[in-house]
Amino acid sequence: MRLPCPLCGDRDRREFYYQGHALMLERPLRDAGDAAWDNYLHNRDNPAGETRDLWHHEAGCGAWIVVTRNTVTHEVLDAILVEKARV
Amino acid sequence: MVKLIANSPFSKLLPKTIGTVTLTDIDSGKMTLVAPFKGQQKLVSDALKSTLGVEFPAPNRTLGKMPRSVWFGRGLALIIGADCPDLDGAACFDHSDAWAIVRLDGTDTSAILARLTPIDLRESTFKCGHTARTLIGHMTGCITRLGVQSFEVMVMRSMAATLVHELTQVAKNIAARPVISA
Ligand SMILES: [Zn+2]
Repeated sequence: MRLPCPLCGDRDRREFYYQGHALMLERPLRDAGDAAWDNYLHNRDNPAGETRDLWHHEAGCGAWIVVTRNTVTHEVLDAILVEKARV
Repeated sequence: MVKLIANSPFSKLLPKTIGTVTLTDIDSGKMTLVAPFKGQQKLVSDALKSTLGVEFPAPNRTLGKMPRSVWFGRGLALIIGADCPDLDGAACFDHSDAWAIVRLDGTDTSAILARLTPIDLRESTFKCGHTARTLIGHMTGCITRLGVQSFEVMVMRSMAATLVHELTQVAKNIAARPVISA
């Protein structure tokens, strides 16, 4: 499996650390309430199809990236820098 | 004050020739890691250009000979072989003596590195002046192409002996192949 780092280009999966769903970027406000925080910290979908997750180019450029991939076909569709994914 | 003797990270380990490949120790002198603040990269690049003659490199590229600048990851450049000027727009860290650099020359260099790193080293994709932060065996480091059969491999100084061990092992394996099949 190779991931297209937006800075380094296609790189081997060994160079990356997997963090989890890109939902991690949408941190609730402090006073958002228990339900929002419970969702943010613990609850994840388990999609059969497209998903977006966070990878760290740990043994490469050090960038955090958001990778869009398909869990059924294993297709890697897109990757962008986290700094560009957050608005 | 006592005069301290600077030791190479590879003292007693290099130089070394195995098969077609020669490993030599590169004395890099001064090294500074430059991390421009947000939006300051252009200014920092201009300042480097006017003082050292090398710009802030694009991703996966290196510029100049000595001094030179090497792209060292997202928003980072390593300035090698010169005192880094005062840069208002960047955080600068002294990395002198922090890295161990080996130069590899010879016909089998690509074959040797291909056994240690997951990156595509073919000359059509990894050209002269290209550099990559990547894995070398179990170590994170940096590989730069210097010529058709020449590369430079950089790892943290504490891993110098491991790097020589890995390169030696692989070079011996590769050198043994024609002997075995003959
Ligand atoms: Zn990268």
